[in-house]
Amino acid sequence: MLYREALNKAMDEMMEKDPSVVILGEDVGFYGGNYKVTEGLYAKYGRKRVIDTPIAENSIVGTAIGMAIGGLRPIAEIMTVNFSLLAMDQIVNQLAKIRYMSGGKIVLPVVIRMPQGVAKQLAAQHSQSLERFFASVPGLRVFVASDATTAYYGLKYAITTDDPVIFLEHTLLYPEKMEIEEEKNFSPYRARIKKEGEGITIVSYLKMLHDTLKVVPIIEKELNTTCEVIDLCSINPLDISTIANSVKKTKRLVVITEEPKTGSYANEIINKVLEEVFYELDAPPLKIGSEDVPTPYNRTLELASIPTPEKIASLIIKWGRKHGI
Amino acid sequence: MSKSYAEQFYYLMKLGRVFELRAKEEYMKGNIGGFLHLAIGEEAVHVGAVLGFGKGDIFVHYREHVYALARGMEPKYVMAELFGKITGVSKGKGGSMHLYDPKFNFYGGNAIVGAHLPHAVGAAYARKYTGDTTGVLASFGDGATNSGNFFEAINMAATWQVPVIFLCENNYYAIGTRVDRASPFADLYKKAKDYMPAVQIDGMDVFEVFETVKKAKEYVETEGKPYFIEALTYRYEPHSMSDTGDYRSPRELKIAKDKDPIENLKKKGLEKGLLTQEYIKFVDDKVQQIVEEAVEFALNSPEPPLEELYNDVFCEVCIDVIS
Ligand SMILES: Cc1ncc(C[n+]2csc(CCOP(=O)(O)OP(=O)(O)O)c2C)c(N)n1
Ligand SMILES: [Mg+2]
Repeated sequence: MLYREALNKAMDEMMEKDPSVVILGEDVGFYGGNYKVTEGLYAKYGRKRVIDTPIAENSIVGTAIGMAIGGLRPIAEIMTVNFSLLAMDQIVNQLAKIRYMSGGKIVLPVVIRMPQGVAKQLAAQHSQSLERFFASVPGLRVFVASDATTAYYGLKYAITTDDPVIFLEHTLLYPEKMEIEEEKNFSPYRARIKKEGEGITIVSYLKMLHDTLKVVPIIEKELNTTCEVIDLCSINPLDISTIANSVKKTKRLVVITEEPKTGSYANEIINKVLEEVFYELDAPPLKIGSEDVPTPYNRTLELASIPTPEKIASLIIKWGRKHGI
Repeated sequence: MSKSYAEQFYYLMKLGRVFELRAKEEYMKGNIGGFLHLAIGEEAVHVGAVLGFGKGDIFVHYREHVYALARGMEPKYVMAELFGKITGVSKGKGGSMHLYDPKFNFYGGNAIVGAHLPHAVGAAYARKYTGDTTGVLASFGDGATNSGNFFEAINMAATWQVPVIFLCENNYYAIGTRVDRASPFADLYKKAKDYMPAVQIDGMDVFEVFETVKKAKEYVETEGKPYFIEALTYRYEPHSMSDTGDYRSPRELKIAKDKDPIENLKKKGLEKGLLTQEYIKFVDDKVQQIVEEAVEFALNSPEPPLEELYNDVFCEVCIDVIS
């Protein structure tokens, strides 16, 4: 199965079970979705439930809010996270706040799905990772789906919960082959230990998680240690206890995200870990992220602007040597 | 219509067509990456508009190669940008969707649908502010007319009374969504007609586009107010190289291709004695040669050096306050 098919399966099953679940977005219906995530759902559920919208991101989210008020459970697809910036009023001023401002009387079970990240040479306006913005808004749940399992269970959970969920996917993961691993008691709020280890805790998600896992053997060999790799399924809330427990054991923390380093969500993770386990650390935490530049079109510069498997390995090895591993 | 205009139309439209067909080839070879949006089929709108508009600022969306070429930007520098080379118009940092050159009053190349429409209104305001009455041209697709930016921009242009020509290229599709599936009516000029004069024209006829834009330019500059043109056109290629385009029937495509703007111009030009077979032959050979040279130039140009990654983020280079 492909990563995108896991997302499709989650929506399909939820739509089958609950007639109040609807999908809306640009090219999600007749066309089958720009990245084919909603493929087949239009044929199966019809245009009343798989709604093609005009290019109007602010009102896609705005009407989703209205639909939720009217009793539906909308899944809004924003074609890529870059265009969510046009919907920030509806997301930040409306979606995140209405429940609170109404004293809890109004619930908004809205999911906003969107892919983010650097794909390949799409230039600055089409290459962003923006989790920092969403994760810092009280009132929004923010999920990141790094593999088919969290995509499938995470999206089903997002559709089921009565809270608004920002559901972030990665453009480059869509065509990746992976399987859904069956889970009885899935919770998106539990971070997932992808690989156990003793010497370094590495926290990541989305594409960076995969890039990291690729080079973990090299890092382990070079530094003669083992890495514990943690995938976050939710970034707000953050499962700090899983991370802190791991760091208590390994004494070292690396956080890898694709966002530009300044102000990235990695800062939030590191800060929370420091608050919990500062005195247990044997090395300053290492933050790996993109350069603080808009993403360039040229492929060589583009690769120089983001963490790649090779860079992840060399940065961690250099840091490890410097701090006595 | 003078002979020299007809010749310019033919030259630029053919240059645009050959340039883009070649860009497509280079994309398949892997020399061009990212999104490549071709305007094949829409050349009459792009060339007619630029020539009819003349002097002034131009703001376009991401399907802008032919606009840039018609504006006078050199094919080799445009091709080099598509190749991501340092010699490209945006130093290889923008790519196909982001061609800029203030020397030609050319301000993109915007990849966010509708986002450049307020820019055009602001630019017109600024020109007016400094006592310059020159009009501004903003071109965009049918899909963009559904965005908040569009409605906000036409409202502000009309309220502020600034000289902007809003040129909507209605090619009937926003990626896979046909115009009537995203809008209550398909005649898009109606969206603007209560704000400003608004007309619908045949965008496959370069003479009509040219004349209309020229008239609009005179209007916006003498009246100091905006004008709206909807040009009906068609893109022969899929939305971008990553789209299949299979939402359009072969029949529909054939009907559009039968109205090919270049063939259309050739026929009319020859009939009216504005073009000759010799000139056509001359141009056909010439543009092949220009495009070949552009590709050679792009291929042989160097990659941007690594330090370019950090250049152009700011004007002012700040000293690192920490170290
Ligand atoms: C704000 C925003 N939303 C969505 C997109 C994705 N997108 C790119 S082009 C496009 C269709 C635009 O169609 P149209 O305005 O008709 O222009 P055309 O491509 O036909 O020239 C869409 C939805 C985008 N770039 N920006
Ligand atoms: Mg269109």
